[in-house]
Amino acid sequence: MNFKSTIGFEVHFELKTKSKIFSPSPVTYGAEPNSEANVIDWGYPGVLPTVNKEVYRLGLMVALATHSEISMRTHFDRKNYYYPDSPKAYQITQFFEPLARNGYVEIEVNGKKKRIGIHEMHIEEDAGKNTHGTNGFSYVDLNRQGVPLLEVVSEPDIETPEEGYAYLEKLRKIVQFTGASDVKMEEGSMRVDTNISIRPAGQKELGTKVEMKNLNSFEHVRLSLAYEQKRQEQVLLSGGRIQVSTRRFDEATGKTVLERVKEGAADYRYFPEPDIAPYHIQQKWVDEIKEQLPKSAEERFNQYTNEFGITEYDANVLLATKETSDFFDQTVAAGADPQMAANWLNTQVNGYLNDQRVELADVKLTPANLAEMIKLIKDGTISSKIAKKVFAETIANGTSPKEFVEKHGLVQLSDESVLGPMVKEIVDNNPQSVEDFKNGKDRAIGFLVGQIMKQTKGQANPVVVNKLLKAELQSR
Amino acid sequence: MKITEETIKHVAELSRLEFKEDEIGGFTAQMSDIIKMAEQLSAVDTTGVPETVQIVDRDTTFREDKPEHWQDRDTMLKNVPEKANGYIKVPVIINKDDND
Amino acid sequence: MDYLKETIDSLNEKLTKGEITPEQLRDETLAKIKEIDPKIKAFITVDDAAKVSSVSPKESKLAGIPIGIKDNIVTDGLKTTAASHILDNFVPVYDATVIEKLKKAGATIIGKLNMDEFAMGSSTETSYFAKTHNPWNLDKVPGGSSGGSAAAVAAGEVVAALGSDTGGSVRQPAAFNGIFGIKPTYGRVSRWGLIAFASSLDQIGVLSKRVKDSAEVLNVIAGYDEHDSTVSEKPVPDYTEALGKDVKGVRVAVPKEYFSDAVDQGVRDAVTKQIEVLKNAGAIINEVSLPYTKYVVPTYYIIASSEASSNLQRFDGIRYGYRSENAKNLLDVYLKSRSEGFGQEVKRRIMLGSFTLSAGSYDAFFRQATKVRTLIVRDFERVFEDNDVIVGPTTTTTAFGIGEEISDPLKMYNNDILTISANMAGVPAASVPAGLSDGMPVGMQIMAKRFDEASIFRVADFIERQNEFYKETPKGLED
Repeated sequence: MNFKSTIGFEVHFELKTKSKIFSPSPVTYGAEPNSEANVIDWGYPGVLPTVNKEVYRLGLMVALATHSEISMRTHFDRKNYYYPDSPKAYQITQFFEPLARNGYVEIEVNGKKKRIGIHEMHIEEDAGKNTHGTNGFSYVDLNRQGVPLLEVVSEPDIETPEEGYAYLEKLRKIVQFTGASDVKMEEGSMRVDTNISIRPAGQKELGTKVEMKNLNSFEHVRLSLAYEQKRQEQVLLSGGRIQVSTRRFDEATGKTVLERVKEGAADYRYFPEPDIAPYHIQQKWVDEIKEQLPKSAEERFNQYTNEFGITEYDANVLLATKETSDFFDQTVAAGADPQMAANWLNTQVNGYLNDQRVELADVKLTPANLAEMIKLIKDGTISSKIAKKVFAETIANGTSPKEFVEKHGLVQLSDESVLGPMVKEIVDNNPQSVEDFKNGKDRAIGFLVGQIMKQTKGQANPVVVNKLLKAELQSR
Repeated sequence: MKITEETIKHVAELSRLEFKEDEIGGFTAQMSDIIKMAEQLSAVDTTGVPETVQIVDRDTTFREDKPEHWQDRDTMLKNVPEKANGYIKVPVIINKDDND
Repeated sequence: MDYLKETIDSLNEKLTKGEITPEQLRDETLAKIKEIDPKIKAFITVDDAAKVSSVSPKESKLAGIPIGIKDNIVTDGLKTTAASHILDNFVPVYDATVIEKLKKAGATIIGKLNMDEFAMGSSTETSYFAKTHNPWNLDKVPGGSSGGSAAAVAAGEVVAALGSDTGGSVRQPAAFNGIFGIKPTYGRVSRWGLIAFASSLDQIGVLSKRVKDSAEVLNVIAGYDEHDSTVSEKPVPDYTEALGKDVKGVRVAVPKEYFSDAVDQGVRDAVTKQIEVLKNAGAIINEVSLPYTKYVVPTYYIIASSEASSNLQRFDGIRYGYRSENAKNLLDVYLKSRSEGFGQEVKRRIMLGSFTLSAGSYDAFFRQATKVRTLIVRDFERVFEDNDVIVGPTTTTTAFGIGEEISDPLKMYNNDILTISANMAGVPAASVPAGLSDGMPVGMQIMAKRFDEASIFRVADFIERQNEFYKETPKGLED
């Protein structure tokens, strides 16, 4: 018997704002427990929520980037449930009238393109964090309470774990390039819940859903879905029944393990949040946001490969993060040769960041400085050897390459009227090399170039020196 | 609508309230009467009538994204029944139940 | 200091002239409370160290005036309980907006007033702490839920008090105690710091013996607040400007549903007499109909309880308030803290609300109620097309006896039938004394269009000047 799978995703993105969604508490990471949570975050008696405009704006950005229909009228709702990290015992979310609906992302698997529908997306508040002790107690920290989240719910269009993987990659890239979220799974700014059901080929109605929550990586998502697909097939083939349940992916064994069986749907008693007035979104605001929307990774890839002639590989490396891509764009805008800028960013800059274990935003290198240095190389002012020295200085201290080169006299020596006599003198002093050259030993030139370099402390332009040496030797 | 003890027990669970076995009967009867009163609304024809969930003269209310630090941790921890090292202390959380 | 003879104006004059200092006024008030309150039990907490402001009485009418606060309005550093065991040790760490505004105007926050637990009730008998007594007859209830506020004012412990009104909780106790009480338009006063009962209905109001005193206090507490997304941005007029006028040409609607047999004869007679007074003074009286009145009680109890069931979930024994000592695990912390911490009436409402919001009941109950609410709103819009105010009795009876109705929740709920509609429609409404029936005060309710509190003050002040009910002294205080 053949089976068809249906895969769904609920992906949460932490939106990048300075303050929380319903309170002005700062959004911080790694602060002392309960130091960045106010009376609103604590759900104190008498408090009321106020909505952070930036959260709504970032949500609309993602909606636009995923071709979603923006709801012009929305309202917040309450989702009621008890948990120690949920101070009000309800989460303020958008249930009845979400921010946007009916979007899509386009994926490509094995050369085949496919549209994956986005059912809806909505903004809501994150909960606090619980730490579980071994002494019979748990500990609650409410700093994360109220951090803004965007939840993106897919349509049941995904049929294979590979498509699921591609969907997540694409969705992440899209959200990443709007700048709305850091999209880092390891830091929790992107969180993935998935579900899968299978049904015999030909059957219309979907099978029973099994959920897997909080997976650690896209690879785990793919592996767990693939495992689950097989497991469910075996259950059905052996005459069993799939239970509505939540399972956990066990990294060590690569298997999924039953966590709990759901008996009936949870009753969240959703109802419209009476503490917040309704939202009437103006087209003018949407248009403004549309105009501010940063270029997507896809647009950038096309520009890099077609307009700039950069290799697809290099383009993809540049597009690994929005920060690198933005840095590259600004470097090119500052006048740098695109291929050279790509080479420097992908090799020297990345190498430096890896060695130092820092991020691009943490170093003093600016696009203007990188462009300046590339121009100095391109117009022959400095040699690539000197450039390495200049780069080390610039990335470490933010020094202007031009000023550094001038101050330390690192300008490449290309003047033939200076190099000419030097070459003559070297050749005069090395009759053996002349002999070798005449006998067809090319390395004689290498030796002589080295001598000139030694004498000029590396500043002589090797191309010019080579040319002059050849002419001088041939004239003997 | 018949309100049974089972309904009351289920709603009590949702409400995180517990009633002693000997209270349930009386409480069910009382809730039954109250819900019967509420059921009078089924007699009203509301076809095409929009919902009113609040009456406000405001809409699209926003706050600018400016972080403010209101209370410090010591202030917030003042009313906490049990605390440890700046955390709120609770009996260990074993598993999120279905209502998470 | 006998507040029964004082007003904010008269006290302000004494303070301005230096006949009394704000400190003396505070101390006399504290002494008065110590003397009277054992009989009335209006206060849950008296702040013996109440801070006296340095605001000059020349600059602010409220400077130095002691004000009582219903105990569901949070006061920074002063215990706030909502009359519940679950909050009996709770000390807020911030001030409600109304408290901030009162303090800025120089008022002295003298103490916290008794109420029905979480404002759920009409008799102040559901308070965890004490039963408050009606100063007109100590065996009777003061009404509720702002029963402490009304009794404290009627007994002359304070000149004015803040209450809150979700379905009549300011107006009904005002009527029972023979004083004035106003619930402003929903969105007129910030709810920041009001412990929520039903968020779409709750509104902070003022109770005072004299109409003008409420106007003075409302002048201070009304207006925009960045903390409350549902509060209006409309400027606040000076409500005292509506006073001292006649009622010539004022269009007064009298709904026939408010004069049914369900309303005691004595109450109807007293209110009818006031309507005659208005008529004789040139007001235009129009008999109207509010046909959905018969559905307001179920509509209200569904909506209010649904919202309450959610609003009261935060009282879970985790972050503040009562945590049961008997809890062995996390579920126990919830179950036992809440079951031991809440009283019967609160539990009933939470249960009703959880039920009406639960899967399978939502459409038939909560959603249907929000639709009927629309019909109730339309009733009012229609009547206000050709009328300035709607008047009628505030309550179906005068104050009932302590213990008389507490065991019959449905009877208690039906008592609210005349006051609930104003909350449903978000319109302002007040109760002004209309006389006595069998020795107990009767209130006349005056409702107006949204944000037209001025019309209410105009009519109420006129009635007050005509019947001079404020000259009556509550009989229960006589030895």
